[in-house]
Amino acid sequence: MENQELLNKINQKLNDQFPGAVEKAELTYDFPVFYIHKDKIHEALAILKNEPEFDFHFLTDLTGIQSADEKQLGVVYHLHNMPKNYRVRVKTYFDINKPEIPTACDLWPGANWMERETFDFYGVKFKGHPNLKRILNVDEMDIFPLRKEYPLEDQSREDKSDKMFGR
Amino acid sequence: MAKKGNKNNKVADTSVVEETVVSKKKAKIVVENNQQEPEEEKEYSTLNLGPTHPATHGIFQNVLKMDGEIIHEATPTVGYIHRAFEKLGERRPFYQITTLTDRLNYCSSPINNIGWHMTVEKLIGVQIPKRIDYMRVIIMELARISDHLVCNSVIGVDTGAMTGFLYIFQWREKIYDIYESICGARLTTNIGRIGGFEREWSKKTWELIDAFLRDYPKALKEFSNLLERNKIFMDRTVNCGPISAKMALDYSFTGPNLRAAGVDYDVRVATPYSSYQDFDFIIPVGTSGDTYDRFMVRQEEMWQSLEIIKQAIKNMPKEGGFHADVPDFYLPPKEEVYNNMEALIYHFKIVMGESDVPVGEVYHCVEGGNGELGYYLVSDGGRTPFRLHFRRPCFIYYQAYPEMIKGSMLSDAIITMSSMNVIAGELDA
Amino acid sequence: MGKQLQKRTKLDMAKLPEGLEGPGFFATKLEQVIGLARANSLWPLPFATSCCGIEFMATMASDYDLARFGSERLSFSPRQADMLMVMGTIAKKMGPTLRQVYEQMAEPKWVLSVGACASSGGIFDTYSVLQGIDRIIPVDVYVPGCPPRPEQIIEGILKIQELAKNESFRRRNSDEYKKLLNSYGME
Repeated sequence: MENQELLNKINQKLNDQFPGAVEKAELTYDFPVFYIHKDKIHEALAILKNEPEFDFHFLTDLTGIQSADEKQLGVVYHLHNMPKNYRVRVKTYFDINKPEIPTACDLWPGANWMERETFDFYGVKFKGHPNLKRILNVDEMDIFPLRKEYPLEDQSREDKSDKMFGR
Repeated sequence: MAKKGNKNNKVADTSVVEETVVSKKKAKIVVENNQQEPEEEKEYSTLNLGPTHPATHGIFQNVLKMDGEIIHEATPTVGYIHRAFEKLGERRPFYQITTLTDRLNYCSSPINNIGWHMTVEKLIGVQIPKRIDYMRVIIMELARISDHLVCNSVIGVDTGAMTGFLYIFQWREKIYDIYESICGARLTTNIGRIGGFEREWSKKTWELIDAFLRDYPKALKEFSNLLERNKIFMDRTVNCGPISAKMALDYSFTGPNLRAAGVDYDVRVATPYSSYQDFDFIIPVGTSGDTYDRFMVRQEEMWQSLEIIKQAIKNMPKEGGFHADVPDFYLPPKEEVYNNMEALIYHFKIVMGESDVPVGEVYHCVEGGNGELGYYLVSDGGRTPFRLHFRRPCFIYYQAYPEMIKGSMLSDAIITMSSMNVIAGELDA
Repeated sequence: MGKQLQKRTKLDMAKLPEGLEGPGFFATKLEQVIGLARANSLWPLPFATSCCGIEFMATMASDYDLARFGSERLSFSPRQADMLMVMGTIAKKMGPTLRQVYEQMAEPKWVLSVGACASSGGIFDTYSVLQGIDRIIPVDVYVPGCPPRPEQIIEGILKIQELAKNESFRRRNSDEYKKLLNSYGME
């Protein structure tokens, strides 16, 4: 199936099941992308996985993102159907002050650590996750470093000068 | 997973771990009426397979709950080498990120570099001539051989066979010589540019590649003879840390680990990039996903990589140059910079890191040494990416490790870990 | 494939220290003899974390053989090692482990910091990377490079051999050394 046709089919199916959940559906660089409302994200992912026509049995990637105006956080899922070679991207955005969405671990066990990483970097809480703890940073850290408000460098170092360009 | 069958009584390799017996559950004694009925709970000892790990596998910690020699539960801790690549990626201009990608899977850095370049080329929408594709294929396959050599020889070391490791590293030095003649560096290569290569390959490079193709098969055959049908090695590695195809797919495995489990998924064939569709090669697939299968899949992939390099050299197109026309990212030749206004402006912009890229988001994946290495790049038109995420195969498949070693013995857990080829740089990024 | 094996008739041996020689005896300073023995039998603890670790593996392998310099036995237990080679980036999460490993080593001990990341944080000027291991442990020799070539790592080890050969017995008990350790918060 061509990407445009796949996009239309998924769009139609999701709109039939959950009218209004799909906020936007487009082809970006030849890749079907869906923007789904956060309340229906788990159900939409379940349809994408379980529907035999789509059968996205493989979760390629799960990551977080912050919107350009810094007021929203988002989660991006990349799904893959290996036998038929379909790939889609599913995005969902929510308010930065209340970042909670259901976990995808029950659909794909491989989402476990990917969600922990997203929690570690952005502070997105996944409801129903078996072990939502920090994974890459030190456990005592209390900020979510990949948010745009936090700097890259360790502010307490004295041997490197911020006056040099590039910092 | 499956308990190990009747094996010889293997003594634990105690030089490998730091033993700290932290807690033992006490036996509970239940007193009922006047009878004393001892009801003992199972006593587990805790063993810390600490971050300082021998044989340079990388640093990650596993706290094992053991019942004698058998592992009951494992809790991994990672992040001991977290270097904040993704945050750094938001700060560095596009061509400076190549040096970051080097340090992801540092055993095969050219694959990471070229994958990143292809992602940016996808974003800006530039067509790469076939000649450059073929040159890139040669380099990527050499890197794949280099990566699999490390993994397989280290599996040998962990089972006690040091000889393979010691002598096969000589061939990695030959591959390093090839990289050095192209880009100047051995390990963290920063090879190529967005659009191709920095300069035409010298005669020395072609000679080195030819010499490698001529001499390496004999060495690989010697290495195979040491281990492949060696009864001791097979006894150690067959049925050690198996994983079924369904579980592997559930945990988003890719690469040799998935192929050893029986699924023939290879990014080079599924979504061909860099003209891989022109090449004729086999994807080796295992059956049970145990350590022996993983070892054999990597061995066979090395032979297939040699085939691909031979085909690339034979069919290399004559025209195409060594780089595509990407003036925004490719430094113009110095004569033009001194004489031509446009070239001067491009030179200035590239050196200062001000490049014009379209707004958009792309996802591009390549077949790295460990599986599908994906780059998710979100650009807002500025000089640095807005968001850069690396889909790191090691990070994703390592989460299945506790499941794989449940019920096996400690020394088998060590071999399972080394056969999964967990590279710390890719695990933590 | 292989080079012609060359027969070496003149063996390189370690240089004798200065001393008084006579029929059947050789008198010299004990310090110099012990220094000679220590320098040529440094047992390293390879604390390899990232890319520099792979260059270390290349150094240990047959092309740039490190065992010729006496480092035949790699010890992974700090109690049995002389020299701590820190190769690769040390993140803040790893810092306490590195410090614990250093404290477990017995005197005399030397520390070799291999690579830009271990020496100063390298290209990773970020919130999670320790900007140089000399913030937590005293370092004897720094080997810069990203990653350094095996020849450079061997040169670093040769410099440590120089330090080991010329070290006086009293150094580890001297006030200056104690002050150095106290500045790191160690006894």
